[in-house]
Amino acid sequence: MAYFLIFISAIFVNNIVLSQFLGICPFLGVSKKISTAAGMGIAVTFVLVFAVIVTYALQTWVLNPLGLGYLQTILFILVIAGLVQMLETVLKKMSPSLYQALGIFLPLITTNCCILGVSILVANGTYNAQGLEPSLLVGVLYAFSTALGFALALIIFAGIREQLATVNIPKGMQGMSIALITAGLLAMAFMGFSGVDHGLALAFGH
Amino acid sequence: MNYFKTILNGIIKENPTFVLLLGMCPTLATTSSALNGMGMGVATMFVLICSNVFISLLKNLIPDGVRIPCYIVVIASFVTVLQMLMQAYVPDLYKTLGIFIPLIVVNCIILGRAEAFAAKNNVLASLCDGVGIGIGFTIALTLLGMVRELLGKGTFFGMEVLPASTNMLVFVLAPGAFITLGLLIAIVNSFKNKKA
Repeated sequence: MAYFLIFISAIFVNNIVLSQFLGICPFLGVSKKISTAAGMGIAVTFVLVFAVIVTYALQTWVLNPLGLGYLQTILFILVIAGLVQMLETVLKKMSPSLYQALGIFLPLITTNCCILGVSILVANGTYNAQGLEPSLLVGVLYAFSTALGFALALIIFAGIREQLATVNIPKGMQGMSIALITAGLLAMAFMGFSGVDHGLALAFGH
Repeated sequence: MNYFKTILNGIIKENPTFVLLLGMCPTLATTSSALNGMGMGVATMFVLICSNVFISLLKNLIPDGVRIPCYIVVIASFVTVLQMLMQAYVPDLYKTLGIFIPLIVVNCIILGRAEAFAAKNNVLASLCDGVGIGIGFTIALTLLGMVRELLGKGTFFGMEVLPASTNMLVFVLAPGAFITLGLLIAIVNSFKNKKA
């Protein structure tokens, strides 16, 4: 049941964007239309799961045995940049239609802090594993749920912003200002989920 | 006096938080108190100045086609240096800021300034740009942290100023970060509109 708890908690309770503040740039940048928001969400899910597997393997089998933990930041960002480039090339060859849909988002993802952030959290085992021992499987599940949470927040926010475009907003508050305040209200709505993970854990008898 | 202008430009006209709207993740995440915001600002400033100077020194040696990966390596190296320094001298602050210290690597302000300024200007000008943008970022983070701390906990840099009954906890939590920054940007915008 702990797996289910990780899933729920990463999507709703500790939403990566609205309570952990990772990946704010794409959250504010590509949230003007629902279709682009969905594309970005899928691309992030794809890259994040891949990146977590590769970085976790590097941390466990290369950096830790050699005592090179301090190289983590440099190595991870290079691996992520390389991985994104590789994914782009592979997608272009294997599935041009998917490339058409996701291609423009891939270069943006290298500097998306939620990829590097979640990779470091999983590699260091400092995420909330709900009582399970941090391992590759748990890490991948956590990364996948986190990415779904990112996609969910992004799509909801894009929906709200599409409506905002038709509203008359005071001049000083147009653009980023009203977007941030909207995000704040959305974060407040997500705060309603806090405690749900604890309640579920009790219900499952943990 | 051109260099002085470059510094001032980074603080006011191209303030990274209020005008350029870059580097939002650390801005929102680490400003639950004024001191944390200032710590994050100074940490970012350190990396920004070092990477600006270094990239400006190397700009003629870096081939154009692979410049972005080169910049990222330079920035990541300085972030690693910063991580080690902070672990050694300010371990408490390092723990509080946590994941956001390694994430300075993907802060778009730093890569943005490398690409837009350091790659085109001489070393001294790049240094001034780093100082200016760094100070602008630090001021913005400290200001945001001050407002949130004052409204949320009733304290000013840890000193009690307001009675506990006026505390609005929401400002220290996630939604408060978004709303406070949104309102501060609105205030800056209305000043700009008045001037224009």
